[in-house]
Amino acid sequence: MGDTMIKADSLFKSYGQTHALAGVSFSVPAGSVLGLLGPNGAGKTTAVRILTTLAMPDAGRAWVAGIDVLAEPAAVRRQIGVAAQDATLDGLLTGRQNLVLVGELSGMRTGRARTKAAELLELFDLADAADRVVKGYSGGMRRRLDLAASLLTRPPVLFLDEPTTGLDPVSRQRVWEVIRELTGSGVTLLLTTQYLDEADALADRIVVIDHGQVIADGTPRELKERSRSAHVEVTLAVPGPEAEEVIAPLVSGRVSVSADGLRLGAAADSAPGLATALVRALDRAGLLVDNIEVRQPSLDDVFFALTGAHVPGDTSGSGAEPASAGHVGPGAGAAERHSEGARA
Amino acid sequence: MIPAIAQRPRDAAGTWLSTRGVAERVRNVISMTRRNLVHISREPMQLSDVTIQPVLFTVLFIYLFGGAIPIPGGGSYTDFILAGLLALNLTTSTMGTAVGLATDLHEGIIDRFRVLPMWRPAVLVGRSLADLLTACLCALVVAVTGLAVGWRTSAGLPAIIAGFALVLFFAYSLSWVAACVGLNSKSPESAASFGFIVLFPLAFVSNAMVPTQHMPGWLQAAADWNPVSAVTAAARQLWDNPNPSASISAWPMQHPIEASLAWSVLILAVAAPLASRYFRRRTTG
Repeated sequence: MGDTMIKADSLFKSYGQTHALAGVSFSVPAGSVLGLLGPNGAGKTTAVRILTTLAMPDAGRAWVAGIDVLAEPAAVRRQIGVAAQDATLDGLLTGRQNLVLVGELSGMRTGRARTKAAELLELFDLADAADRVVKGYSGGMRRRLDLAASLLTRPPVLFLDEPTTGLDPVSRQRVWEVIRELTGSGVTLLLTTQYLDEADALADRIVVIDHGQVIADGTPRELKERSRSAHVEVTLAVPGPEAEEVIAPLVSGRVSVSADGLRLGAAADSAPGLATALVRALDRAGLLVDNIEVRQPSLDDVFFALTGAHVPGDTSGSGAEPASAGHVGPGAGAAERHSEGARA
Repeated sequence: MIPAIAQRPRDAAGTWLSTRGVAERVRNVISMTRRNLVHISREPMQLSDVTIQPVLFTVLFIYLFGGAIPIPGGGSYTDFILAGLLALNLTTSTMGTAVGLATDLHEGIIDRFRVLPMWRPAVLVGRSLADLLTACLCALVVAVTGLAVGWRTSAGLPAIIAGFALVLFFAYSLSWVAACVGLNSKSPESAASFGFIVLFPLAFVSNAMVPTQHMPGWLQAAADWNPVSAVTAAARQLWDNPNPSASISAWPMQHPIEASLAWSVLILAVAAPLASRYFRRRTTG
């Protein structure tokens, strides 16, 4: 990996009695995407506000593009694009006027700002609404315009604070596409999100923060492996009593066998190629496999294991053990329910 | 192991002191001024205090009070009141600066400005210039309405223009006081109350509407030293309109032009740096 483009070093920030950040450190290599993941109030936005010169930490240091954020905020502003959580747009200007204003205030000549604005309006599917007043835009359109504003000067470092929160699925997909295109172009991106699938889909590395502290840091794959919560279910064509012994070495924990002897289930470490290994072993034993299902742990499992039970009514933060994630079942439905709970 | 931190880009700093920096600042101010003018064009009712109000006040004062208020030293009330109406309308219109800034700070847009590599005071300067332009419109409305209802001046064009310029300069300096208020307001609504609590008394406890001769002693002293009285008397003097304050011995009434310039410069010198300090304070944290 190349140079570090974003670096936070032991950031502390309190608002009154609330410790928004209690010693957060992370770094983002040039050209990569960091997903800052955490429930509401975890400190994600505070971290972004410090890195984008909008807030001062109580302690700690930060660098963006090699510039000390605290010592030279003005210089940092020349290197960054920011799309904040609350779309920061002028409601009384049109979409186009908003972008031109941002361009001009970033030091572009008016002509160039107009050209870039037109390009981005096209890119974000806002060309038809370009000359309408932003006050009348939908939430999704505002988000896209805000994103466009952050990209206008093609800054090398981008901060997107919950870029898809509150968007409908179509707009969300559209924002994802744009982010993917961007990351292909060498931009360094810090993205905060409370959506696990978003971090999974877009980020090279994920930092999970909760209660102002980093509780996990790794690639999506590393984090998933850490949760070891895959579940294996094998369906045989003909019952085979030896099947239990065949798969036992490949899984962790007890193998459960259904009454008819056709279905076997077990928890397993989420190792690469687990399904292949299982099929081969069963095949060597002469067993016919009808169906095999390995449910990979989702980031949801990791997240809930790490952050503790962020479900309504539980504030202890230590309720869930990593092992319990497997029992919850990583189905999308369960994940959604938990996400809702985390946001509440 | 932490990888090396990227080298800082070469052009990152030091541009503000160069001539390019100055040109960029000017462009920032122009952009911000234009933005505020677009706002006005979107909500023309915002302009009512510089368009409808002057017309209303002119008609009200001249037809309701005109006959009842004698001018010491003689002269028509219409000729007397016009400079006062100009001062009244321009003074109260500075409320727009307070409300406009409070609104900007209240909304997300200020965070956008704060992450841009712009010259931040452009937010303040752009606001004050846009408000100066609306004040010019206000002055035009007052002049045209005045001419329509019989205001006349025998002064030459340079003196007439100088009279308007003096009052406009005062309004501009006052708009920086309004900026200080707007920057310390919790909401646009509380900024608006500034107009009623401070600006209206300021405009009315003066020689703008009535000659101060009839006021109780303490009130007359306050009125004679009120900067609004100085600019009003200065405009009356420049326009050869009835100026009963000329017979008052208080220094500002004897030297209204010097006094109004001094007040305006003093207010600007105090309020402008104060406003930029408040702005910095409101936008760091």
